[in-house]
Amino acid sequence: MSRKISMKQAINEALDLEMRRDPTVIVMGEDIVGGTGAQGEDDAWGGVLGVTKGLYAKHGDRLMDTPLSESAYIGAAVGAAACGLRPVAELMFLDFMGVCFDQIFNQAAKFRYMFGGKAETPVVIRGMVGAGFRAAAQHSQMLTPLFTHIPGLKVVCPSNAYDAKGLLIQSIRDNDPVIFCEHKNLYGLECEVPAESYAIPFGEANVLRDGDDVTIVSYGLTVHRAMEAAATLAKDGTEAEVIDLRTLSPIDWDTIVESVERTGRLVVVDEAHPRCNLATDIAAFVGQNAFGALKAGVQMVTAPHTPVPFAPSLEDLYVPSADTIAAAARRTLSPKGARSIAA
Amino acid sequence: MAQNPFPLGKDELLKAYRTMRTIREFEERLHVDFAKGDIPGFVHLYAGEEACATGIMMHLNDNDRIASTHRGHGHCIAKGVDVHAMMAEIYGRSTGACRGKGGSMHIADLSKGMMGANGILGAGAPLICGAALAAKVRGDRGVGITFVGDGASNQGTFLESLNLAAVWNLPVVFVVENNGYAESTAMEWAVSCDSYVDRATGFGMPGVTVDGTDFFAVYEAAGEIIRRARDGGGPALLECNMVRFYGHFEGDAQTYRAKGELEAIRASRDCLTILSERVIEAGVIGRDELQAIDREVNALIEDATRAAKAAPLPAPEDLLRDVYVAY
Repeated sequence: MSRKISMKQAINEALDLEMRRDPTVIVMGEDIVGGTGAQGEDDAWGGVLGVTKGLYAKHGDRLMDTPLSESAYIGAAVGAAACGLRPVAELMFLDFMGVCFDQIFNQAAKFRYMFGGKAETPVVIRGMVGAGFRAAAQHSQMLTPLFTHIPGLKVVCPSNAYDAKGLLIQSIRDNDPVIFCEHKNLYGLECEVPAESYAIPFGEANVLRDGDDVTIVSYGLTVHRAMEAAATLAKDGTEAEVIDLRTLSPIDWDTIVESVERTGRLVVVDEAHPRCNLATDIAAFVGQNAFGALKAGVQMVTAPHTPVPFAPSLEDLYVPSADTIAAAARRTLSPKGARSIAA
Repeated sequence: MAQNPFPLGKDELLKAYRTMRTIREFEERLHVDFAKGDIPGFVHLYAGEEACATGIMMHLNDNDRIASTHRGHGHCIAKGVDVHAMMAEIYGRSTGACRGKGGSMHIADLSKGMMGANGILGAGAPLICGAALAAKVRGDRGVGITFVGDGASNQGTFLESLNLAAVWNLPVVFVVENNGYAESTAMEWAVSCDSYVDRATGFGMPGVTVDGTDFFAVYEAAGEIIRRARDGGGPALLECNMVRFYGHFEGDAQTYRAKGELEAIRASRDCLTILSERVIEAGVIGRDELQAIDREVNALIEDATRAAKAAPLPAPEDLLRDVYVAY
């Protein structure tokens, strides 16, 4: 059975289904139940934006509120994973990674390699990413390149409810540490999602739109901007292929290269800052492996090299827009495309 | 043979002595071979601190987890990690406990409940909270022990973990190995409180300070708080006051120490001498029995060293192996 639900509901459903399936799955985080130790309702919040609402009633103490102590409880999730549980730890905003990153990049990510292949750390760290929520500089970042830089971590960033459910189920079943990035501005977006359980394999990008003129690659919120741009371009007779990466580590190089070899033109869209991000990574990979196919310079559309501003008027300029993406695609199609630089 | 006045039987006493002697010989051998340039990287020796690891680990089984520190060889040996595999690891060989990819600071053996020496100070405390949580969820009566030095006792991870363990009522024992120095910086200067017992009290858990050079003092204090944790009584903190016979790392000239300090601690605070004299004086174990163990331990360390030096290096393809469980 399939019905329309939001990405927030899809994430809740994935957690519920995996907790039913596997008694070693536990969920922890700040206020993921809400009101623990307080006088009011049990399950008062279900997460700061209600993503885990209702799970406490179904699974009881397997959902654990934590003190505001990211280093301690993220590390505890990692340690519990190394001892046979499958913890899902919510780091409310992944911007808070700065407080507890050691437990992720020096501990969880390295155990398997550093211990000679004898450790498994099946932990999922999930939390909100992305701008557009008027949440300002410390609650809005797209820090995905920090995570993809680290060997041993898997990095997931879904763009819709269907993918969020299948990818979160895969993340929980996966035996490696996973950073699961949820764009807060997509939480309310609905699409058709099967009620039953399903897993989406890592490393398989989703081609959302076929086209032979230009390839647009993105992930997360900007996938939707890329689709808008593709619709605009189509009015001028340009058919863009839009690729949603879905997982950033591992990344589906084959689908990207195969598409560029056909279109000869590439626009990479990343909500992260412009230096050493997914866009630069993909541009470099295509430059090295499909240079002969390129008919124009690769265009990179990213957020600027600034913190995320608070003023709504500025924040709206910060996130790559459909117009900038369409303009970048047109540059690859112009006679000067081969020599163009990013605007 | 006199009546045994100790809380352990003779076999257990011999086992404790053998463990402590094995740690000592392991470290003394590394000290010598490191100076010769045989060993890559850097090593931090546990010599002088053997009574702490041994007195605690005598209460644990393979289902109990420990999270260690950069100075982890003693914890590994006392937790039952194979000495040959450890030596080979320190030499970066494929037969090592981590197939040569961890080195001295990352020796681990999860099958023995040893969750790794750790190059990040204080990082073991959150991890052991997780291990204890797993034991609590499973209801298997396992406990978790994390070690920090007096230096890392100032890390946020350690202090946060004290709070988390208390709030979640986890079966954790936090062991502060107070050897007086955070690398070269004196504990008296760097730790703001007068007593770790006060710090434990501040987090709502019992704290105990013992003479960490006295095996029996460690054994008895650890036994009580480990039993308490195992029975669901919650976390506790154990401070062991002890001495470090070598520098922070091998090659440390230790110019921060007072004149005569090293000679004095070796003469009066050697935990192996203290244990030996106690059991011999009590007439429970003969000097010849201990010397027999010494000979066996020397042979073991010699064999482990010889085997490590002769062992194959990791294969070039091992560089790319085991980053992920599944790719």
